Order: sequence, then C-alpha cells, then structure tokens
Amino acid sequence: MDYIPNILFAIVLIAGIGYFASNVKKLIRNIKLGKAKDINDNKSERWKNVIMIALGQSKMVKRPVSGFLHVIVYVGFVIINIEMLEIIIDGLFGTHRILSGLGGFYGVLIGSFEILATLVFVAVVVFWIRRNIIKIKRFMSAEMKGWPKSDGNIILYFEMVLMALFLIMNATDVSFQNAGLGNVVSQYIAPLFSDFSESTLHIIERAAWWLHIIGILIFLNYLYFSKHLHILLAFPNTYYGKINPKGQFDNDDAVTKEVMLMMDPDADPFAAPEAGAEDEAPAKFGASDVQDLSWINLLNAYTCTECGRCTSECPANLTGKKLSPRKIMMDTRDRLEEVGKNIDANKGVFVDDGKQLLNDYITKEELWACTSCNACTEACPVSIDPLNIIMEMRRYLVMEESAAPMELNNMMTNIENNGAPWPYNQMDRLNWKDEN
Amino acid sequence: MSEQLRVPTMAEYMAEGKQPEVLFWVGCAGSFDDRAKKITKAFVRLLNKANVEFAVLGTEESCTGDPAKRSGNEFLFQMQAVTNIEVMNAYEIKKIVTACPHCFNTIKNEYPGLGGNYEVVHHTQFLKGLLDEGRLTIEGGQYKGKRITFHDPCYLGRANNVYEAPRELIRKLDAELVEMKSCKSRGLCCGAGGAQMFKEPEQGNKDINIERTEQALETKPQIIAAGCPFCNTMMTDGVKGKEKEADVEVMDIAELIANAQDL
Repeated sequence: MDYIPNILFAIVLIAGIGYFASNVKKLIRNIKLGKAKDINDNKSERWKNVIMIALGQSKMVKRPVSGFLHVIVYVGFVIINIEMLEIIIDGLFGTHRILSGLGGFYGVLIGSFEILATLVFVAVVVFWIRRNIIKIKRFMSAEMKGWPKSDGNIILYFEMVLMALFLIMNATDVSFQNAGLGNVVSQYIAPLFSDFSESTLHIIERAAWWLHIIGILIFLNYLYFSKHLHILLAFPNTYYGKINPKGQFDNDDAVTKEVMLMMDPDADPFAAPEAGAEDEAPAKFGASDVQDLSWINLLNAYTCTECGRCTSECPANLTGKKLSPRKIMMDTRDRLEEVGKNIDANKGVFVDDGKQLLNDYITKEELWACTSCNACTEACPVSIDPLNIIMEMRRYLVMEESAAPMELNNMMTNIENNGAPWPYNQMDRLNWKDEN
Repeated sequence: MSEQLRVPTMAEYMAEGKQPEVLFWVGCAGSFDDRAKKITKAFVRLLNKANVEFAVLGTEESCTGDPAKRSGNEFLFQMQAVTNIEVMNAYEIKKIVTACPHCFNTIKNEYPGLGGNYEVVHHTQFLKGLLDEGRLTIEGGQYKGKRITFHDPCYLGRANNVYEAPRELIRKLDAELVEMKSCKSRGLCCGAGGAQMFKEPEQGNKDINIERTEQALETKPQIIAAGCPFCNTMMTDGVKGKEKEADVEVMDIAELIANAQDL
C-alpha cells in the first residue's frame, strides 16, 4: 500500500507528458502543412540570434517596463524548473527532498527559488494589473476580446497559483523550516500556519506539493491550446527568423522560370514541356489559405504570444485602419488549427470546408492597408514576420484573382506600358535635364 | 543656377569607350515628379561640382518594379527587373547611386537573385563619401543653427539599416539636428510605402502622413529633412494639411547641401 502515491505519481506524470507529446506531434504536423522552405544558411548568425533574441531577450527590453518584468518571469520560470528534478525523484521514489543532502548548496538553490518565486508572483500581478486595471491600449484591441483576453489572464492565474503553491509547500514543511536552509521567504509565510498541528501542516504540505506538480503538468498541456507556446517556440522561431535585410522580399522562383523563358530569345515557344515539368508549376501564386504559406509563416503563427507590440507600432493601425499585424498572426493560427481539426476528423486528409484564410479570416481591406514599412517585424521580440504573410496574400489577390484596387491596377498598367507608375512616356525620362 | 547641368548618359560613355565611376539611377519620381525633379537636379549639381564621372541611363531606364512587387505583382516586378538588369549588365555597371530608397532597396537586395549584382548606395551615403574624401566641402551657410528634423525613410532605415549617413550630412551643415519621438529603427512610415503612394488609403481615423507630420512638428523644426521622393511628397502634403507651410520646409538632404553651397 505504501507504493500507491508513487504509482499514482508515475501515472500522472506519464499521462501529463504523454498527452503533451501527442499534441506536440500534432503541432509539428500542422506546421508541416506549410510549403517547404530550406533553411541551411548562416548557421552561426542564426544561433547568435537565438542566444541574443530568445535567450538574451534583447528585443524584449526595448520596452523597459514590460521587458524587465518579463525577464524576471522568464529567468524565474527557467530556474525554478530545476526544482522539478527533485519533485520528480521524490514523487517516483517516495523520498522527501532528496537533494537536501547537498547541504549548504541546497539552501542556496531553494533560497534563490524562493526569492525568484516571489519576484515572479509580483511581476505576474503587475502584468495582470496592466491588462485588467490600467488597460494598456494594445491589450484592448478588437482582436483581444473573448478567448484571447481570457487566455492571457488564465496564464497569469496559473503562474500566480503555481508560485503560491511552491511557497506554501515550503512554508508548511516542518522539517524544512526547522533545518532553516534556504527558507528565505517561506519563513515569513510559516507563521500564518502556526496554529495548525503538525499533522495538519503535513496534509497542507502534501496537498500543496501534489497541486504544484499537477498544476505544472496541466499548465504544460495548456500550452498547446494557448498563446503561451512562445516559451518553447521562441527558440526555433528566432533561429529560423529572417536574416536578410528587412527590405528584401523573396523573389518567387516559379515566376522567375516563366520570366526567364520569356526573355530567352532562343526559347522555342512551341516546345513540348519537358517530362515532369507540368508537376513543377505551382498550383497557385501567393497564398489564400494556410497550406499556401511557408512552414515558417505557420511556426510564426504558433509562436505569437499576442503581445501586440507589432500592432502598436503599425502606422495603419495607429491611424485607425483595420489592419493589425497581430491579428494576421492570430488568424493564421486559428485557421491552421481549424484545418488541423478537419484533418483529424477526416482520417488524416483535409476535406474542403468551403473556407480559407483569405476573406473568412483576413479581409482584403486589411491586406491593402499595409505600407510594408517593417515596423511590425522590427517590434516583434521573437522575430515573427507578419509582413511576409501579407505580401503572400497580396500576390494571390493580384496574380490569381486580379483583385488589386483599381488605382493599383492603373499604376501597374502604366509600368507595363511605359516603365513608370504614372502615365509618362519612357522617351521623356531625361527631359528634366533641360527643364528649368 | 544658370550653369548648364552636365548629365551624360551611359550610351554617350559607351560611344567614347569610357566607363563612368558610378551610374546615377534617377528613378521614376526623380524623372517625372515635379518636386522630385528638383532633388534630382540638386544632386546632379553636387555631382558636377565634385567632378564625379557619373552617367544616367536616360530613356533606357525603366521602373525597378518596386511598386508592382509590393502590390503583389511578382510577374511584372520580375519582368521589369530582368529588363533593367539586361541593360545594366550590357553596360557592365558596377556601382549605382540613387536618391530613391525604394529603387535603392530593390536593386540592392532583390536584383542579385535575378542576375544583377551591383554595389548600390543611397545618395546620402554617396555624398558623405564625397565629403570624407574631400571631393566636396560644405560649410553651414544658410542652415547654420537651424532646427532640422530627419524623417527616416522605411526602405533606407529599417529595411537596410542606414541611419547615420543622412544625419551626419545634417550635422555637417552646422544645423541643430532634432529627433522625433519615433526615429531610426522605430521611425514611423510616411504612409507611401508598399504602393500606398498610388492609391487612396483604407478607411481610418487619420492619414498616416498627418500622424507623422504631427510627430515632426512636435520637434518645432524649421526644416523637415527627407531622403526619399515619396516621403517628401507625403510630408509636404502633411505640412500643408497642418497649414504650416509658411514656417516649415520639407527638403531633401541633397537640396540642403546644394543650397548650402549656393549651387
């Protein structure tokens, strides 16, 4: 009978990690629905970006207040998780604070966990106040109503509860308090429980311990359903983030082939296509749905934690237009998840549901409001590129549907006919030289 | 300004069997837009003054394709790009200078993938080079002590990380450079990029150029300096919209330097 807690613990642990693993598989499958894009270049620069931007939070701290608070939560989260090692060993083998054998060093470890837990708790409370009391503008946009708003708060509640449980667990651990090693914060919480008998304290301590580990497993599994995935995906996302100059937009290779053929004076216009050439032609120019985007666009969508720094810098959004780069990312993820569920429900194949990313999620009005100024990509703390999605969708609108706004069609006709966006003759290009 | 501008074409250089040190890519705005033509001429006066052996493509130049690409018309963009590249490669062009950040960005970043490899510089970088080499000298002149704020063009600044060259030129005028609240990598767009220049904006509560002009006016400038013909148009319209055209001028950096030289 003594082994029941150990077995129970093992079951909870395996179930928690197992369910998460199955969702991660789904996540990877969904991301792979995007078009292939080979990224094998500039490995050292990419690793540098991971170290500076993701690990080093270099872009987070561009906004000092939220950046500083975020660094606390981030460092706290990473370091306090070392405690998980002890919790898992204790849980599986029925030991109690197995690492306390480390003596003074254990005190230093737990002491720093306690301090960090307290700081994280405070930072998270400030985050909650920023969202719910101060109502900072970027958390109040149209796309932040309903689930995204709740999601943001649920994450904060999780963190508050987990940190509180950790401190209560330590405060009610009589032998730990008596040893006086590392109870730097919990010693001040312990007096709150001084009226309780030792056996009650033990029950509270056990309850806090179990709730803490179960809470962590629930939180782990919550990630897949939440914007909070960024804690994992920020790392690959910064690795695969754009390293070319921001102004450089990809040239579409399929178009290049066509153009080169047209420009080649030796090309035989009546030549039969080479065997297999038909298959190479893209089904579609640009993107109207998530499967037309690259897998990096889709990884971006899962990485977005909806902080809204992009939107708060977007000139279109600042002047009241519908475009919000954050919404572009949220829509892409929502549609991708819808497609993923469709695949799950139809035994692994996508069955046309009459919907797509364009129009059903992202409207033309949003797409045409973009000035391609790169304020959004500059602002993103984890190298997400909403602009690339906007441009891919514009390509679809123009090259597949000829659905550009009329003035842009005029501009493009002018370029085609006389090599300038305005109706001036190319032969007049040097007239300025002699004008006064 | 009675002195005739010397604007040789690549064809003329070719006929003489010579190669200029740099191609001046004028761009569509610089060729056709009345306001931008003044910038083109100011820059040419500086090139003439510094005895730079430059040439233009003249009637052989065509739109880089930037507005088509940003509108989503990749096909038209690449047709333009490949045509221009064919012309420039035939002339064996190595170095290009342009006063338009959109042309600058497109030729520098998007042409190499299509076979056009050139050293491309923005005119502010080129002018700074001339000053550093002593081929051109400026004294503050009429701009000494004036308050000048610089509006970063997106396709020069964020897109290509060129923030300092234009600012150094302003400092060389002995002017007082004042920064807007959003500047350099956080500079606010003028509203013209991404082909917005050629269409009406979507519905909102304000035009982007008005927002940006308000930021500029907050610095109480005498001059708003620009480095892009489209930004110049947008900011000029913004200043007119705020009825400040009597107090605040919108000038390209090339114009400031040319004026300081009394060119």
